[in-house]
Amino acid sequence: MRYAMAIDTKKCVGCSDCVVACQTENNVPMGFARDWIVESVAGTYPRVEMEIRSERCNHCEDAPCVRCCPTGASHIIEGGVVLVKHDACIGCMACIEACPYDARYPHPDGYVDKCTFCIHRVDKGEDPACVAVCPTHCLHFGDLDDPNSDVSKVVAERKWKVLAPEAGTKPQLYFLM
Amino acid sequence: MNEELIVSGRNIPGVDPHLHLWHWQIPLYLFLGGLAAGLIFFASLYVIMGKEDKAPTAIKWASFITPLALVVGLGALFFDLHHKLYFWRLYTTVRLESPMSWGAWTLLLVTPLSIVWSASYLRELVPSWDWKFKWLYDFEAWVIKNRKPFAWLMIFLSVILGIYTGILLSAFNARPLWNTSILGPLFLTSGLSTGAATIMWLSKDHEEKKLFGRIDLLLIAIEIFFIIHMFMGFLSSSQVQQEAASLFLGGEFTVPFWTFVLILGLLVPGFLEVLEWKGYKIPAAVPAFLVLFGGLMFRLIMVEAGQITRYLY
Repeated sequence: MRYAMAIDTKKCVGCSDCVVACQTENNVPMGFARDWIVESVAGTYPRVEMEIRSERCNHCEDAPCVRCCPTGASHIIEGGVVLVKHDACIGCMACIEACPYDARYPHPDGYVDKCTFCIHRVDKGEDPACVAVCPTHCLHFGDLDDPNSDVSKVVAERKWKVLAPEAGTKPQLYFLM
Repeated sequence: MNEELIVSGRNIPGVDPHLHLWHWQIPLYLFLGGLAAGLIFFASLYVIMGKEDKAPTAIKWASFITPLALVVGLGALFFDLHHKLYFWRLYTTVRLESPMSWGAWTLLLVTPLSIVWSASYLRELVPSWDWKFKWLYDFEAWVIKNRKPFAWLMIFLSVILGIYTGILLSAFNARPLWNTSILGPLFLTSGLSTGAATIMWLSKDHEEKKLFGRIDLLLIAIEIFFIIHMFMGFLSSSQVQQEAASLFLGGEFTVPFWTFVLILGLLVPGFLEVLEWKGYKIPAAVPAFLVLFGGLMFRLIMVEAGQITRYLY
C-alpha cells in the first residue's frame, strides 16, 4: 500500500477551503498550518503563467525528518504515511530543519506537528478532510499500488511534477499540470 | 527576466518567511562541545604518548574546564528543547541514522567520564583535598592505575564528539549550506583549535605554551584549507549550494563571516602565533581569545545562515 495525493493545479482556485477544513478537523492552533496555498507566477512578461498549489507534507518515501529524529517520534506507518508520536517528541526541531518542504511546524504545546493524511479518517474509509471539502475536486487521494484508485488513475493519465525532486526524498504529492 | 514570484498566506512563527528555530543555544553548544573535544583530545594524546611532563596543563588544569563546558553546553541544548519534559526519550532508543541520537549517547558517556578524569587529578593540584569515603580513594587509585586505557577511550570519544558537532548539521540535506561532508572535519579541526588555544592560554609552563601555540597554528592552517575547500565545493555544486555560498560571497553574511571568522578568528591569531614563533613577545591570551571568539562566531553564523538556505521558494 502506498498512500499518495494528486493536486490538480489546473483546477485549484486557491480558495483555502482545504486549509480551513484541516484546521477544523485536526485542531490546528491559530497561526499555524498543516496545509497551505501557494500561488506562483513564473515566466517573462508578457509570457507569464500562474500556478496555484495546495501544499502539505509530501510523505516522502525516503523521509529525512524520520531519519534525523533522535527519539523515533517521527516514523512511517503502513501505507507510507509519515507521523509524529507527540509523547515521544522532545521538540528538538531537527525534523523541521531536515524538511526540504518546510511542511512541519512547532506546535505551541512543544511537540512538532504536521499533516497526517488524516489517517484517522482514512482508516474509517473516508477521505482526508482537505480532499473531502475541496469545491473544485482538485485533490485526489488514495493508494498508488491500487491501479483503480482515484489517485492512480489521474497520475497515470495526466502530466505531473513533484516539488524539489532534486532534494532526493521521493515525495508523494503529485502536482497535475 | 525569467523569474518566479511566490505568494503564500502561510506565516508560521519560526518557519516563515525562512526558518529561524535554532537560535544561540545550538551554536553555543556546538562551540562548547568542540572545545571540550579539543581539551579531551590533547589531554588524552599526551597521556597515550607517555609525555605527561610535556603537557601538564593540558592533562590536569585544563581538564577541569571540560566538564564545565559540557554541562553548560548540555544546559543550552536542554533550554532549546520545546518539549522539555520528554527529553528522557533520547535515552529510550538508539537511532544510528540520527546524528543527534548518537551525539546524545556520546554526551551521556563523555560528561561523567570527563568529571572522573579531572577528579583523578584533584588531589595532585589541591593536596589537602579529602575524598571522605574509602571507596572514593579506591576508585581514584583504580583510575590512576588505568590512565592509559582511560586515555584511549577518551581520545576516541573526543573525536566522535568533535566530529559530531559538524555532522549534526551536515546531515540536513534540506539546508544546502550545511549539507557538505567537509563540515564534520572542519568543525572537528575548529574544536581542536579552540582546545589548543585554551591550553596555551592557561599554561604557565613556557615550553608547553610554545608547543600548543605551534599546534594551534597548524590547526588554523588546516581550518583555512578546509574553508577554501568548502567554498570550492559549493561553487562547483548545484544551484542551491551556489546560492548558499553567495550568502558569504556578497550576500548578507559576507561582512560578519570574513571579519569575525576568517580575519579576527583565524588570520590574526595565526599571524600573532607566527610572530611569537619568530621571537616577538605576544601575550598568549590575545591569540587564544581571538581563536575562541572566532570559533563561537563561526558556529553562530553557520547555524543562522544555514536556516536561510533551502530548496523551494
